[in-house]
Amino acid sequence: MNTGIVVFPGTWSDRDCAHAVGEVLGQPARYVDHREENLDDLDLVILPGGFSYGDYLRCGAIARFAPVMEAVVDFANRGGLVLGICNGFQILQEARLLPGALLRNASCEFRCEWVNLRVEQSESAFTLDCRPGQVLRIPISHGEGNFFADPHTLNAIERNGQVVFRYCAPDGRVTAESNPNGSLSNIAGIANARGNVVGMMPHPERACEDLLGGSDGLAVFRSAIHALARVSV
Amino acid sequence: MYRAEVFVTLKPVVNDPAGLTIKGGLHALGFDSVTDVRSGKYLVVTLDAADEGEARARVEAMTSQLLANEVIEDYRIELQPAADPIGSASSPSPARGGGQGGGS
Repeated sequence: MNTGIVVFPGTWSDRDCAHAVGEVLGQPARYVDHREENLDDLDLVILPGGFSYGDYLRCGAIARFAPVMEAVVDFANRGGLVLGICNGFQILQEARLLPGALLRNASCEFRCEWVNLRVEQSESAFTLDCRPGQVLRIPISHGEGNFFADPHTLNAIERNGQVVFRYCAPDGRVTAESNPNGSLSNIAGIANARGNVVGMMPHPERACEDLLGGSDGLAVFRSAIHALARVSV
Repeated sequence: MYRAEVFVTLKPVVNDPAGLTIKGGLHALGFDSVTDVRSGKYLVVTLDAADEGEARARVEAMTSQLLANEVIEDYRIELQPAADPIGSASSPSPARGGGQGGGS
């Protein structure tokens, strides 16, 4: 799985992603500069977390117009696998590759903690290895992860099965107490209609080794490997 | 030259945690009459344009493309002619009164 990890000015989770994909999973990975315009060598593009362009104006608003994003949109439209994590999720929404927006956390606090995620569907390229209802333990680290979509859009993504992850209790119940940021319907991650583009606020790359507290995040990257194998068969 | 003031606010249907927090702060200070606070962004864009129509069209375009996210935000634009920048050959800027400013 040739993986490209996009680095904007202010990205901070690029090395964690490279470690997870390259060192832990042994897949070829390279950094992609925000000025690059050709992603033809890649199978998977990761937009990692961070504070691209200082989060000025809105999170992801400036990054969305970086030269590399035109290539990312083309790549996604051709069916390439794209994973946006945290700030990367915000960028994918600004680029209109994913619906909705991420508002300031309801608490107005930056939340950095482990959360439980219920896998809502195993059709997306990043949940193929999971079963619906499975609970993954993965950390969050954000100040603006409060998922919002207008009622029409929210209905559409629910109806189409585009909700990929919801914040939940350890036993999988979706409760108000387990929602760390005020997201509508406890939504932590969504896919596009085709399932090749996924955005999520939690950081799977930070949950890939037991030494660091857990390895549930591996399922996200392993799913991508299997999605690619399925396509190429 | 034109000076556009762009007011970007969250749509009424969108929750505004910062506004709620500010409202709580005002209540804590004793401003009990405050029933609602909505926060937003205020941007001043100075631009060159042939006439007001062109200036407005450009500011509309830049606001819908970048300055506001229409998924969650509304905006309002107020446009007015602006003095040419200091040092412009076409129209000498008015002399600044001595002692005013004081910024660094």
